[in-house]
Amino acid sequence: MQTPAPFEYERATSVGQALALLERYGPEARLVAGGHSLLPMMKLRLADPAYLIDINDLTDLDYIRIDGDSIAIGAMTRHAALLASPVLAEHYPIFADAERVIADPCVRNRGTIGGSLCQADPSEDLPAVASALSATLVIQGTEGSRTVAARGFQTGPYETVVGPGEILTEVRIPIRPGAGSAYEKVERRAGDWGATAGGCVVVLGSDRETVIDVGIGLTAVGAPHFCAEAAEAELRGKPATPENLAAAAARAAAVTKPQTDQRGPADYKRHLAGELTRRALRRAVARARGQEA
Amino acid sequence: MQVTMTVNGTEVTSEIEPRLLLVHFLRDHLGLTGTHWGCDTSNCGICVVSMDGLPVKSCTVLAAMAGGREIGTVEGMEGDDGLDPVQEGFMQEHGLQCGFCTPAMMITARALLDANPDPTPQEIRQAICGTVCRCTGYENIVRAIRWAAEHPALAEVVA
Repeated sequence: MQTPAPFEYERATSVGQALALLERYGPEARLVAGGHSLLPMMKLRLADPAYLIDINDLTDLDYIRIDGDSIAIGAMTRHAALLASPVLAEHYPIFADAERVIADPCVRNRGTIGGSLCQADPSEDLPAVASALSATLVIQGTEGSRTVAARGFQTGPYETVVGPGEILTEVRIPIRPGAGSAYEKVERRAGDWGATAGGCVVVLGSDRETVIDVGIGLTAVGAPHFCAEAAEAELRGKPATPENLAAAAARAAAVTKPQTDQRGPADYKRHLAGELTRRALRRAVARARGQEA
Repeated sequence: MQVTMTVNGTEVTSEIEPRLLLVHFLRDHLGLTGTHWGCDTSNCGICVVSMDGLPVKSCTVLAAMAGGREIGTVEGMEGDDGLDPVQEGFMQEHGLQCGFCTPAMMITARALLDANPDPTPQEIRQAICGTVCRCTGYENIVRAIRWAAEHPALAEVVA
């Protein structure tokens, strides 16, 4: 039987109360949202918090809404809600692409976007989605809130810039007219972590050909900040021809530092990074042109 | 610590350790052994119960986190007028062999039909993909859930 080591349990009913509990218990406390990453780690003693603060009652952080020229997503929004959201489907189908292959429906009923980003597992899908979208993240502390770029949020495996007395409360994504987006993943079995995955956002100009802007996110291949900035620079300002997309994808593969593990050898993952980026770019461009749902 | 939740419509209160998992609370504290216990790692999906109407894996939910929530297990599926159509469907279409995954499959199916009363086979397969069955090859499970979708009258009585 796998059971976590003993801990004290507290339940927060507001962000303010959660912050007060974090301040009281200090770095020995951990927040738990869906718990589908943290509880398995606690069972394996990879995480051993003395205090667990349950934030599932913070339903005011469960929302997806248009806020000016951005989409605002509350940190307690479940994977299932991200998958079903008409707002995200309209503006950024990359979310549904990614969510459809994250674990299974039961897990998606529990896991949250905030938990997924804060877990900072190198194989987590949503950090790459947030990187591709150039999202900004709102972090709240007792002194007030601050925003950080998704591309600086994770500082290493299982580490983020969120301090011991802080909570990630919101993910903000700029709405880009003319954007198309997509996510591609290869996993060894249904619902598994990806061997490799990649997603991108392409913003086309009024000619529907010139790439005004592009964001490329990569999962599970050791890309710095889950993105491929060199590949983005390669494609920006150029026409979205198959050759240019392939060249950018090859550049994306070159920035990866995959490790050989039970999900595959490093060179296979690097190959996947290039191929999946190429497919995601191709689909994103088609969507930006209104040619594919 | 003390936890209070509603299980199959009845409020229960119990003294627990915070680290107690919901699956063990149901089985060991309440004696509801219809919820089975499999891999411990949220991979196999054998321990699925409904929480506030949604299927969840009870090996990865603390009993403490279920406090104040509505939990549904296979023991609560049968109504005063007989079996839930999902249970009847599993009988009619031979949707089980060893029975180990069956409670989880049926809880998942009930939640699916509550949200989508007429699911396609593909939608059924997506809904149950979090639970592993090593006997049936899934074909009869999909048929059983379709049977329940085509015979919903009992569900209305039970509801």
